[in-house]
Parts: sequence; C-alpha cells; structure tokens
Amino acid sequence: MSSSAGSHKPADPPAAQKQRERPWIMRTYAGHSTAAKSNELYRTNLQKGQTGLSVAFDLPTQTGYDPDHLLSRGEVGKVGVPVSHIGDMRALFAGLPLDQMNTSMTINATAPWLLALYIAVAEEQGVDKKLLQGTTQNDLVKEYLSRGTYIFPPAASLKLTADIIAYTVNEVPKWNPTNVCSYHLQEAGATPVQELAYALSTAIAVLDALKTGGQVPAAEIPKVVGRISFFVNAGIRFIEETCKMRAFTALWDRITKERYGVQDETLRRFRYGVQVNSLGLTEPQPENNILRIVLEMLGVTLSKDARARALQLPAWNEALGLPRPWDQQWSLRAQQILAFESDLLEYEDIFEGSVVIEAQVRKMVDAAYREIQDIEARGGVIEAVESGYLKQRLVESNAARIRAIESGQQVVVGVNKYTETAECPLTKDLDGAILTVDPEAEQAAIAAIKKWRAGRDDAAARAALAKLRAAVEQGKNIMPPSIEAAKAGVTTGEWAAALRDVIGEYRAPTGVSGARLDQGGAAVSGKETVEALRARIAGLAKTLGRRPKMLVGKPGLDGHSNGAEQIALKARDVGFEVVYEGIRVTPEQIVASAIEEGVHVIGISILSGSHMELVPQIVEQLRQKGLGHVPVVVGGIIPESDARALEAKGVARVYTPKDFLLNNIMSDLVELVAKSAGAHAAA
Amino acid sequence: MPPREAEPAVKLAAGVAAGDKVAVAAALNLVEDRRAQTRNAVDALLCALRTLRPPGYGHRVGLTGPPGVGKSTLTAALAREYRARSLRVGVLAVDPSSLRSGGALLGDRARMAFDPQDEGLFVRSLATAGDAGGLAYAANAGVAVLATAYDRVLVETTGVGQTETDVEHVVDTVCLVIQPGSGDVLQFIKAGIMEIPDVIVVNKGDHGRLAQRAASDLQGALDRLRQAGLGGEQSAWTLPVLVTSARDRTGIDALADALQAHLASRTPSERAEKRSRGAVAWAVSLLSRQHGEHALDLLGGAQAVRAQATDALARGATPIGAAASLSERYLAALRAG
Ligand code: B12
Ligand SMILES: Nc1nc2c(ncn2[C@@H]2O[C@H](COP(=O)(O)OP(=O)(O)OP(=O)(O)O)[C@@H](O)[C@H]2O)c(=O)[nH]1
Ligand SMILES: [Mg+2]
Repeated sequence: MSSSAGSHKPADPPAAQKQRERPWIMRTYAGHSTAAKSNELYRTNLQKGQTGLSVAFDLPTQTGYDPDHLLSRGEVGKVGVPVSHIGDMRALFAGLPLDQMNTSMTINATAPWLLALYIAVAEEQGVDKKLLQGTTQNDLVKEYLSRGTYIFPPAASLKLTADIIAYTVNEVPKWNPTNVCSYHLQEAGATPVQELAYALSTAIAVLDALKTGGQVPAAEIPKVVGRISFFVNAGIRFIEETCKMRAFTALWDRITKERYGVQDETLRRFRYGVQVNSLGLTEPQPENNILRIVLEMLGVTLSKDARARALQLPAWNEALGLPRPWDQQWSLRAQQILAFESDLLEYEDIFEGSVVIEAQVRKMVDAAYREIQDIEARGGVIEAVESGYLKQRLVESNAARIRAIESGQQVVVGVNKYTETAECPLTKDLDGAILTVDPEAEQAAIAAIKKWRAGRDDAAARAALAKLRAAVEQGKNIMPPSIEAAKAGVTTGEWAAALRDVIGEYRAPTGVSGARLDQGGAAVSGKETVEALRARIAGLAKTLGRRPKMLVGKPGLDGHSNGAEQIALKARDVGFEVVYEGIRVTPEQIVASAIEEGVHVIGISILSGSHMELVPQIVEQLRQKGLGHVPVVVGGIIPESDARALEAKGVARVYTPKDFLLNNIMSDLVELVAKSAGAHAAA
Repeated sequence: MPPREAEPAVKLAAGVAAGDKVAVAAALNLVEDRRAQTRNAVDALLCALRTLRPPGYGHRVGLTGPPGVGKSTLTAALAREYRARSLRVGVLAVDPSSLRSGGALLGDRARMAFDPQDEGLFVRSLATAGDAGGLAYAANAGVAVLATAYDRVLVETTGVGQTETDVEHVVDTVCLVIQPGSGDVLQFIKAGIMEIPDVIVVNKGDHGRLAQRAASDLQGALDRLRQAGLGGEQSAWTLPVLVTSARDRTGIDALADALQAHLASRTPSERAEKRSRGAVAWAVSLLSRQHGEHALDLLGGAQAVRAQATDALARGATPIGAAASLSERYLAALRAG
C-alpha cells in the first residue's frame, strides 16, 4: 500500500517503506424518518469513504412498539429509523449487498428480532448468512444501568442474549452477536475503573450463562469467547484512556485464560469498537467540540496493541440536537485525516516499554480487578443490577463529575472558563444548525403499518407468532422462530408483545434513593449556596405548612436519565421532598402522581426530542384536573424556538445543558414554588 | 369544633369518602400541614371523616422490615391482588428524610407502577420529616384519610429502628417482611420485635430452597418460643410464616388470605379496642412531639397521660383534640410550677 504520495518526504526513509497498518472500520451512527430516507443516507455516507454502516433505530423499534402504539407518540422516526417489519428492513438495505457490508446495529432488547429481519433480508438477496458481518449490540446490563431500552427482567434478558450468541456462533459465524458496552457507562458518569469492572463483569455473566445454560457445548466455549466484542468510550483525558484500553486488553486476556481456560491466544484478543465521549461535548461554544472529538479519538488509536477495530465519532453540534449530514461528514473527515494523512499507521506500538504508561495501566488493572471481585462477591452483575448497587455507584460518580465542573475544579473551556467569545458563524442560524425530522413521518409510518398488516397473510403471521410464543414458553432458542416470524410478515410490536406476555416486563432501580453526595471538594458557585437554599426551603416549609415537594418525571420512551437523576438528587440535597419514578412513564402517570403526591412543582426531563408532543399534553391534563397552578419546568435538549413555544403553552421555565449550575436551577424552583403557593393561597 | 372549620371539612370529607382523588390528595395535604393555624381544620376533617364510616370499617395493614427486602414491590403486588378482589386500595409509603437537609427522596413509588386511570388505587409517599426512626408525622391522620376513601390501606414503613413498634399503633395487622439468608430473623427474635408482627413473610421466594429453609427455620424457632411460653400475647392467633415472591407475584393470594384471616380472628370489640389504643398512642405522641418527654413527666408519667388521653377520646375528641387539651394542661402545670 503506498502512503508517501504526499508532497512531504518523510525524514526517516525506513519508516516510509513500512507497511501501513490497515485502518479501523469507519462508521457514522445514522438513521431517521423512514427506511427509504435512511437508505439514501447510508449510500451517500459510503460514497464519502465510510467503510461500515451503523444503524440508529428509533425508540419504538428499540423498545418493541409499532408506530401506532400509544407509547410511540412523538417518537416515531425521530432519533433513528423505524423498522417495523421485513418490508422496512428490505428498504433500509435496498441496493446494499449484505455480503459486502459490515453493519453495526445499536439494538438490544429487540436484538433477536432485528437480527432475524436482517437474516431474512439477506436470504432474499441470495446471500448466505455465513457471510454476514456486523454486530448486534445486545448488551442488556448497560441498558438497566444507563441506556434504558430494556424490556424484560435481567435473567430473561441474559437468556435472550445467550440465544443470539449460541445461534450465531455456528449459523452466522462472522457476526459479533454481542458488543459488551462500557461506552454508555461513561456517558452515565462512570470512572475508567468502573467502566473496566462493570463491562468485564457483564461479559463474565454472559459467558457464565452460556456455560451453565447448556446452550453451547463446553468444547465450544473458547470459540464463543472469541466472538465476544466490546463497545468502549474514550474521553478527553486521552492518556488515561489509552491506559484504560491497555488495561482492558490485559484483563480480558487474564479472565478468558483463567476463568474459561481459553488456550488459543487469538481467541483471547480484546476486540472493540468505539464511539468517543459525548457527555463532555458542550452547548456553549459548540465549535470547540470538534477539537475534543479529535483528542478523544487519539486515546483509542495511538496504541497499536490496543487499537479500536471500528470507530464512530459524534458531531460538533452534539449538545444542540441531531447532526446533519455535513456535521457527520466533518467528523468522518477527522478519522480519515488521522488514518491517511498522519503517520500513525506506520508504527508498531509506540507505548511499548513506556514506564509511565505501564505503571498507570497496572494501577487500573489492579483497581478494576478488585472491583470485579467485589461484584462477584455481591452475587454477580445481575444481582448488583437488581439490588440497585451498580446504578447507585454510577449516579454518585456522575454527581461528583458535575460537582467538579460546577466548582471549576474540572475545567471545561467555554463553559466554566474562557467563556468570552466572538459570534460563531456556525450557529448564526441556531434552528438551522441541526437536523429536524419531518413531523409527518410519524403519521406516514402509522398509515404504512396499517397497510402492511392489512396486506399480509394474516393466518401465516398468527401461526408464526404462536410458534414464537411456544418457543419462549419452552425456553427454546428464540432465533429460529423469530426468523420464521420475520418471513411471515410479523411486526416489531407483535414480536415484542408475544415476549412481554410470556416473560413480563421490568423496571430497573433508579439509583437515586440511596445515592450519597460527596460534600467535599471546592465550593460550588452559583447565585446561592446550598446552605442558603436549605435555609430558604426550611422557611418555605414553615409558610406552606409542609416541605416543598417536587415530582421529577421522564415521559415517553426517552432513556436519558442523567439530568433527571442529578436534578432529583440536588433537589433532595437542598431540602425538597422528591418523587422520581424513573424513565418511561406516560403523561397520564405523571399527572396521576402529581395529584396523589400533592407536589408543589413538576420537573419534566426530555432529551430525545419528543418534548413538543409530550409536554403540552402534561400541561393540559394538569389543567383539566385542577392543577393548573402547579408550576411545570422542563429540561433537556430543547431548541431555543421550542423553548419559547413551550413557555407560551404554560411551561414556567426551560433548561438546557448550558444551565450547568444546579444551584441556580434550585433557586428558580424555590422562587416558583413560593410564588405559586402565594398566588394560590390568595386566590 | 369551631364552626368556621366545619363546613369545608364536611365537604372535603365527603369528597374523600366518595373516593375523589383530588379530594383525597387535598385531605392528605391538609393533614401534613404542621402550622398551628391549620390544626383546627385537621381536627374538623378528622371529626367529619369518622362520621362517614362505621368504627370497625376496612382493614389497615402495615408492611415493615429491613431495607431492600421488597416491601414496596410486595405492597404493589398485594394492592393488585386486592384490586383483583374488587377492593379499593390506598397506599401510604414512608421514606426517611435526610437529617442534614430535611429533604427526602421518596423512592417507593418507583416500584409501584399502576394504571393511572384506576380510580380504586391511590399511592401517597410521606417523608419521616425529621422524626428520626419514627413513622411520618402525618402517618396516623393519613391512614385515617385513606381508610375513609378505600377498603384496604397498606402502610409501608422505612423499616428501621422505631417504626416496627410505631406502626403497630397505626394499623390492624402488622406484616413483617424479611428475606432469605439475611439473619434478620434471629435479630428480631433477640430484640423482642417478634412480639409485634401478626404475619411474617419471607419474600424473594424465587430464591428457591433458600427461602423455604428460611421459612421453616423461622417456623421452628417460633414453635420453640411458643412451647417455652414466650410466644407473645396469648391469643387464638398463631403467627403464620409465608413465602412470597413479589417479583414473580407468587404467594400473594395466600398472603392476602392470611391477612384477612388475622382480621377475622379478632372480635369486633377486640378490633375496636386495638384502634382505640392506637388513637391514644397517637395523641400521646403528638404531645411529646410538641413538648418533649418533659410534658409526660409533668403530667404524672406516661401511664397517667395515656389515661387522660383515653378519657378525652371517650368523650368524643379526636386525637388532635385530645393532644390539644393535654397540651393545655401541661402549659397550665408549667405556669403553676
Ligand atoms: C449522555 C447521553 C446519552 C447516554 C444517556 C445516559 C443516561 N442514563 O442518561 C446514552 C449513551 C445512553 C445515550 C443514548 C442515546 N442517545 Co444520547 N446523549 C447523551 C448526551 C451526550 C448528554 C446528555 C447528558 O446526560 N448530559 C448531562 C446531563 C446532566 O445534562 P442534561 O440532561 O442536559 O440536563 C441539564 C439540563 O438540560 C437541565 N435538565 C435536564 N433535565 C431536567 C429536568 C428538570 C426538572 C430540570 C429543572 C432541569 C433539567 O438541567 C441539567 C443541568 O444542566 C446528549 C448530547 C449532549 N451533549 O447533551 C446526547 C443526546 C441527548 N442523545 C441523543 C440520542 C439520539 C440518543 C439515542 C436515542 C440514540 C439512538 N438512536 O439510540 C440513544 C438512546 C437513549 C434512550 N434510551 O433514549 C440525542 C437526542 C437528539 C434530539 N433530541 O434530537 C443527543 C442530543 C445527541 C445528538 N446530538 O444526537 N445518550
Ligand atoms: N428476586 C426478587 N427480588 C425482589 C423481590 N421483591 C423485590 N425484589 C427486588 O428487591 C429490590 C428492593 O425492592 P423494594 O420493593 O424496593 O424493597 P423495599 O423493602 O421496599 O426497599 P426500601 O423501601 O428501600 O427499604 C428491588 O431490586 C426489587 O426488584 C422478589 O420477590 N424477588
Ligand atoms: Mg420501599
């Protein structure tokens, strides 16, 4: 492969003659509106030099609802593509030969179903499933801890994960059946050691389930180990992240050898893909984010011995809303420049023999190993999910992170330091600086699914569903009947409903009840101190007769819980009584809770973009029930013009990521409660 | 009762009795109100409420036990069971307040997802609000409100310290929830808390053999205690030990039956007797909350105060009223002394 075609002659001739390493797979996480629109997007992305596909599904598809389900209101085609049946899957990959694609699907609770649809479409295309390459994310543990698109209880989820692995290991041998994720843990606040320990404990739980579940003969376990891949995060502290990746590699080697007796070294290799950190990407001065993204990319590429196999980058406007094609292209170009212009791929591992790096790696390995043993002592990762232990630790880590930013201890340029800025030409037209999804897409999808159901052979679909159900009841592998159902025209909602009916549903612990806030460190700035707020709330309690009570609600299918959790914790910390019921509640439930709990203020958190559909419903229902005087505030990813529209509909305040000083939000809430209580008493 | 408070109280109480959720919530807001100027309104409400139901009406059940054993999940399962039996259910879930900030995260509700349209089910969270280890300030009155609106009232306590004994005064039947392999049982027997529960549940029965073993160990220990004549109060009721899985909703119907059987094992006069003792304890606790233990001393000791409260209640006062007259007497004694 020739690489020195550029104008600069490299100083060191031997280096120039070196074989360049093959670069990682470059992907862009994409999908929205409809299968046809997303297909168009994938084609242009491939033309731009992207080498793998990464499918973003919408939330109804991820949580197993058809577009016409009540819970899908406002969510269809919004943050990803809706795939409701084989027709959609066909359209999504029209003209894209599946034997030549490497497709990553961010799909979890409904992973068996989406993989079944993919396999069914491949067969239609005449492609042998043995040639299919790609990944189903299929890690439910991190769904309970961070991502939120789980459906079933943990043990049942683990069984489904194991089903996909057991099926693919022989039937779709090049497929990565599960991507054990630490990415989402960091996005929920995890420290590097927590990321290492929780993800590896998850991998252990999956492999143990396969070993004891008898789905795979003991002799095949090493082969299964070789198919387990990981999905990791890389934050701005890229030296530490480099060490984390080396620690992952070392720990995985040890665990697979010691615990699963894998002798073949190639099967013990830590294979991973990456999306770099998005939690640290900012709303103020968003143009700086592209620089953060580039630095973050270094953490997972610099070290040849621990380099990512596949990489996808967020966009500069991450904290504003969904990226447009150009925004994603800019990030893709960053990858291409690193891989093809720089000399990175000409070298062996550049950290080999570094005493500093090795010492840091060893420290992380030791700390993570201790944590893994601790989780084991608590009965394993599933038990630690169910008891709420792990979620609570994450909520605490995130609180510490936020506190460090509030106090200025952790510098975030453009946010808590160097905030002075010239006008940014990229955000001159703020509403136009993000992708907006056609609101008609939902209605079109509803019409389409009705047509699909009317047009199919209903008896065949029903028979396939009955078979699926029987397989679930008998504990058989879910994949074969799912593939049959895919071919019979069954829909995503029907597939999931059958499983829901047999297995039941689950609500994960919120992690906030027992979470402790670390009071140490530098003082947090803001209009008022915590002590002042506590005093004010105590005073307000005297005038109201009881403590101010707040309901924090997360309506819709949105799983972004960080903001709601931190607001709930902070509100408790300044003296509110707080009711928080976790993610995925309906507007009706929020209104019922507000009434029964007798709250003084309602805080709604929505980041998935369905605020214009859901918030007005809540406000209206409150009014109908005679609770119109209770102030409603909203937080999340709310574009400026939407914020104004919501205020016009009666929302008292709207907060976005730029409002990072929680104390200031608390000051507002106290003010609102005092004002509304005064007005209500006077009325 | 001051007439000014009577009229709105009657209206509110009627709304409560009709099961109007907005009225129930408003009544609960009122009884949580600690301002001196609302005390008469609370008193009036309690007066109005008790005219609307016969004295022995309904069944109040307390669920207590150590943190994390599944009290909330079990409460939800039990509530569903009652709904399936066409009984209307009110739930009071008590969580601890932070001593430092006074704030609280009321986490039980998150474990009780219900149909928001169901008019026959009401869940309210209460914070202990600085009453370290005790039940919430408004728990007594809250139960009185819910018991007027609903056929069954379930009270989930924080499960630490004093609450086990406090809850006894608030409900008809105390259900102690424990989990397998926790060693809690022995602790309870040692601490004498075994005197309090009327039903014992080993939850997380899905842990299989472990749960069954815990239940039979416990049954054995109870039998030995009983043979040694240490089995608590002498009555026809034998403390049952049940195994449930709140998660898988197994054993819940048997639990509902056992709770019902406990209620049925008491004669109407025994039940009324227990509720009056609860009212006395409520009045006395209001007094000591307001003035501290000193008030009890000055009024001749706990026993004498209880007698005085019993007297006031017998003459028709609500516990609020009884506490108020005790308080007056205490203040007079203070002035005199
Ligand atoms: C972290 C994150 C995640 C984590 C969430 C972890 C968790 N448990 O919360 C993970 C990795 C799981 C995730 C997943 C997804 N994400 Co995401 N995610 C983010 C990210 C990077 C940060 C959000 C965050 O947690 N910030 C930190 C918290 C503390 O801030 P905050 O919530 O904004 O809260 C502040 C204010 O908004 C306000 N506030 C918020 N809520 C409330 C409530 C009240 C009462 C009050 C008073 C104030 C308030 O106060 C807070 C203090 O400053 C944002 C982009 C960004 N940088 O903002 C994307 C983003 C929200 N994600 C996005 C998407 C699309 C997804 C996915 C749906 C993708 C997909 N197709 O699968 C998935 C699925 C998630 C799901 N189930 O819904 C989009 C949403 C697009 C849109 N709105 O149009 C965003 C904007 C990224 C983007 N540009 O595309 N994500
Ligand atoms: N396996 C199993 N887990 C259960 C069962 N009941 C509850 N749990 C789990 O135990 C944990 C605690 O349940 P809760 O219902 O919140 O327990 P609690 O006693 O109300 O807890 P606190 O109010 O915090 O004291 C949750 O993770 C539940 O899912 C059960 O029957 N079996
Ligand atoms: Mg509870």
